[in-house]
Amino acid sequence: MGNSAIRNGTAAAWPICLGYVAIGLAFGVIARKAGLLPFEVGFMSVVVYAGSSQFIAAAMLENGAGFLPVVLTTFVVNLRHLLMSSSLSVHLRDLSGGQAALFAYGITDESFALNSAMFRQGNWNWQAALVVNQISNLTWVISTIAGSMLGTLVPDGAFGLDYALEAMFICLMVFQVRNSLHVIVAVISGILAVVVALVIPGNYYIIVASFLAATIGLIIRRTGSKGHLEEKS
Amino acid sequence: MNTHILWVIAGMGLVTYIPRWAPLYLLSRRLLPAWFVEWLDFIPAAILSALILPAILIVGDPRRFNPFTPEFFVSVPTLLVAVKTRSLAGTTLTGMALFWFIQRFL
Repeated sequence: MGNSAIRNGTAAAWPICLGYVAIGLAFGVIARKAGLLPFEVGFMSVVVYAGSSQFIAAAMLENGAGFLPVVLTTFVVNLRHLLMSSSLSVHLRDLSGGQAALFAYGITDESFALNSAMFRQGNWNWQAALVVNQISNLTWVISTIAGSMLGTLVPDGAFGLDYALEAMFICLMVFQVRNSLHVIVAVISGILAVVVALVIPGNYYIIVASFLAATIGLIIRRTGSKGHLEEKS
Repeated sequence: MNTHILWVIAGMGLVTYIPRWAPLYLLSRRLLPAWFVEWLDFIPAAILSALILPAILIVGDPRRFNPFTPEFFVSVPTLLVAVKTRSLAGTTLTGMALFWFIQRFL
C-alpha cells in the first residue's frame, strides 16, 4: 500500500474518528455496566464492529438473552450494510476475493458515506478507502475498550462531539446530491424514513426508505423526464 | 470466563459480516445492468437522508416526532455551511461548535 493512500485515508477519516471516540467511550461504559468485561468489549468491537447493534446486544445480554435472539436482532439491525456494500461495489471493481473480504469488514454507515463521496469526487482508490475503514475501526476498538476500563473520559456533550457524525453526514449528503433527481430522492427517502421510523420499531426504516426512494428515483429517470432533470449534473 | 457471551459475539460477527461482504464479492467482478447501476447511484443520497432526518426529528422511546430538537436547529445552518463551502472539515467543526453552543447556553 502506497504512502499516499495512507496519508489521504488518514487525512479524510478524522470526522469519523471524532464521532467514534464519543460513541465508543459511551458504549464501553454502558457495556461495562451491562456486565461485559473489557476484553469482551474489545472482542465484540473487533468481531462485530457495528455501533448500534453492539448497544442493543449489550442491553439484551444484561437481561440474560440467549444466543439466537441476540444474533437474529444483530442480523436485522445490520442488514442495511447490504445496500452500502452493493453501492460501493460500483467503485470497487476487480478486487480479488481476499481484497473484497478485507474491505467488507470495515463497511459502516460512516465509512460508506465518506468513501462514497470521495470515490464520487475522484482521486480516490480502494487502498485509501481501506485506510479510512481501518483507522475508523482502530478508533472504535480502542475507544470502546477505554470506555469500559476508564469510564467516560469525555464529559457528556463536550465540544459538540455528539454532533460530529451528524454534521459529517449532512455535508456528505450535499456531496452526493449532484442533480435535481438526487434532491428528490433524498427528500423522499428522508420523509419515508421518518414515517417508517415512527410506525415500525427497530431500524428497518433506513433500508426500507432508501430502497423505495432509490426505486422511485429510477422510475422517474426511466420514464421520460430524462435530460431535463439531469442538466445540473 | 463467560463462554456464552463469546459465542454470542462470534455469532453476531458472522451475521454482521455476511451482508457487508456478499454484495461486494458478488457484484464487484460482474458487469452490472445499466438500470441497476442507475439505481445504486441513488443509494448514497437516499441512505444519508434516511440516517439524518430521523436522527434530528425523532426523539424518545417510544418514538415521537419533534421538529424542535437542538439537533434539527443546528442542522439548518450546518446544511447551509455545507452547501456554501463544500468543506467537510468546515461543516463538521461548525456543526459541532453550534451544537455545543446551543446545548450549553440555550
